[in-house]
Amino acid sequence: MKSKDRNYFKILRAGINTTYQDLGRNNLYHIGIPFSGAMDKRNFQLLNSLLQNDYNSPVIEFAYQGPHLKYFGKDIFFCISGNVSFKIITKEGVIDGNSYQCYLLKNGDEVDIRSTNKSVYGYFSINGTFGVDYYWGSCSINTQAQIGPNNGNKFSKDLEIEIIDINNSFNKRKLDYFGSTIENIRVIKGTNYDYFSEFSQNKFFKESFKITKLSDRMGMRLEGTKIENIVDPNIKSEGLVKGVIQITSAGDPIIMLSDHGTIGGYPKIATVISADYDRLVQLTPGSNIKFKDVSLEDAETLYKLYQMETNNLISQIK
Amino acid sequence: MIKNILNLGDAALYCDFGSDVNQEINSNVIKYFYHIKKLNLKGITNLTPSYNKLIISYDLNIHSFLSLKKKIENIEIKENNKLEKNLIEIPVCCDNDFALDIERVENKLKLKSEIILEKFFSKNYFCYMTGFVAGMPFLGDLDQEMRLKRLETPRVKVPKGSVGITEQFCNIYSFETPGGWNILGNTPQNIFDSSNQSNPNLVNPGDTIKFYRITLDQYNEIKR
Repeated sequence: MKSKDRNYFKILRAGINTTYQDLGRNNLYHIGIPFSGAMDKRNFQLLNSLLQNDYNSPVIEFAYQGPHLKYFGKDIFFCISGNVSFKIITKEGVIDGNSYQCYLLKNGDEVDIRSTNKSVYGYFSINGTFGVDYYWGSCSINTQAQIGPNNGNKFSKDLEIEIIDINNSFNKRKLDYFGSTIENIRVIKGTNYDYFSEFSQNKFFKESFKITKLSDRMGMRLEGTKIENIVDPNIKSEGLVKGVIQITSAGDPIIMLSDHGTIGGYPKIATVISADYDRLVQLTPGSNIKFKDVSLEDAETLYKLYQMETNNLISQIK
Repeated sequence: MIKNILNLGDAALYCDFGSDVNQEINSNVIKYFYHIKKLNLKGITNLTPSYNKLIISYDLNIHSFLSLKKKIENIEIKENNKLEKNLIEIPVCCDNDFALDIERVENKLKLKSEIILEKFFSKNYFCYMTGFVAGMPFLGDLDQEMRLKRLETPRVKVPKGSVGITEQFCNIYSFETPGGWNILGNTPQNIFDSSNQSNPNLVNPGDTIKFYRITLDQYNEIKR
């Protein structure tokens, strides 16, 4: 490709953990490969809808501080989802951008994604397609197993993000959405719930836990009251799913997130319900979590409601 | 053969085959795993076999717990269904630089290193499951006198290729990861190959592993 025909972003600053993500890869747990995929699926879905992209198009996910990108090529639109502060730097000046709105970028313009404010993950994409390689049907980068485009590594300075296709029939759209917060994280009791003393079972639901800095795409470590194991601090290693809350030998909860190890040997006290996962991953280190017990039937209904809410939001895009 | 099916959260079936760890129970898990995998049921997003459990993750938009549980309960698997097994030979170098925990193992087992290694290399091992990180095989069973607990304090980084033992099991670290197994050596062989998308794992559940000992020169030769 001749350089003047190229459309691409150059990364001036990579941000803290910036990767390509899509819906992730299925049916690979048995060989040790987790789903990966965008942590916050609702914001992923909203972004591709706003940009009229295919529902599983690759997007750029960032955490805390995002990338600073400089654009080279013909006119293009971009959009950001999540609770994100960013600046758009053009020849005319610098403006503050709003999430869930599409903006035009011309050759030489820059987007500086400063912060995900009081949340963790944000998403960036364009009305088109990034040039990514697919591994097991997904372009999601899993940095732990080094799977995905960019050799499975997070973005670094000076990397160039190729755009292989721009949707020319695109019309600019927006959504009025201010995110969704949640008071309690709802869980279903786990398969090893009876490994813990009655006292600790009660504490688990009555007290709040603090999210520690040892939290990333693999897992979220919590601290607070120690959960007392009265049976065995280990189980025979078995499969895990995202949202599972294990209790370590030290008595601390650890929640499995999208890039988690597929097998684990700590007892499972509970599992976060699917409806609350997107909001769970957006909780920042230092904030508190309180768990609420719900039944399986309620969890299934709550998931349907959550999906309906997402679809409602998508229908409000104009 | 499945004793009980519970839910793990709201989007996974937890199929319990028993509480013991042995090759008979595990072979049943693996048979179910391959059988269900072949059925290619819509909305199944993952199957995770382990020693005595099979976890079936599903898309909540397509299945609910009760309907999928019924489907799985109705699956019939013939007891004499044969497992497809491969014999895989894996070279291991036990040079001092690689046998990170040999002294600890000597002390705990009260055996000389040469005896430990001789015992280790004299057996074939069965692959119970793969996972934790991509491609890592969980193998067994070690002889009774070869069994010891994991390290009191796990290593922050276990080198890629490390071959370790704990309790009745051995494994191979397919990636550099944190871990607490007692490391006896290192294999130059690639255990996980992401460029081989149809079969990235060298070892799969049900396979038999034969380790053989190599010198440092041979190790370096294979690595090259």
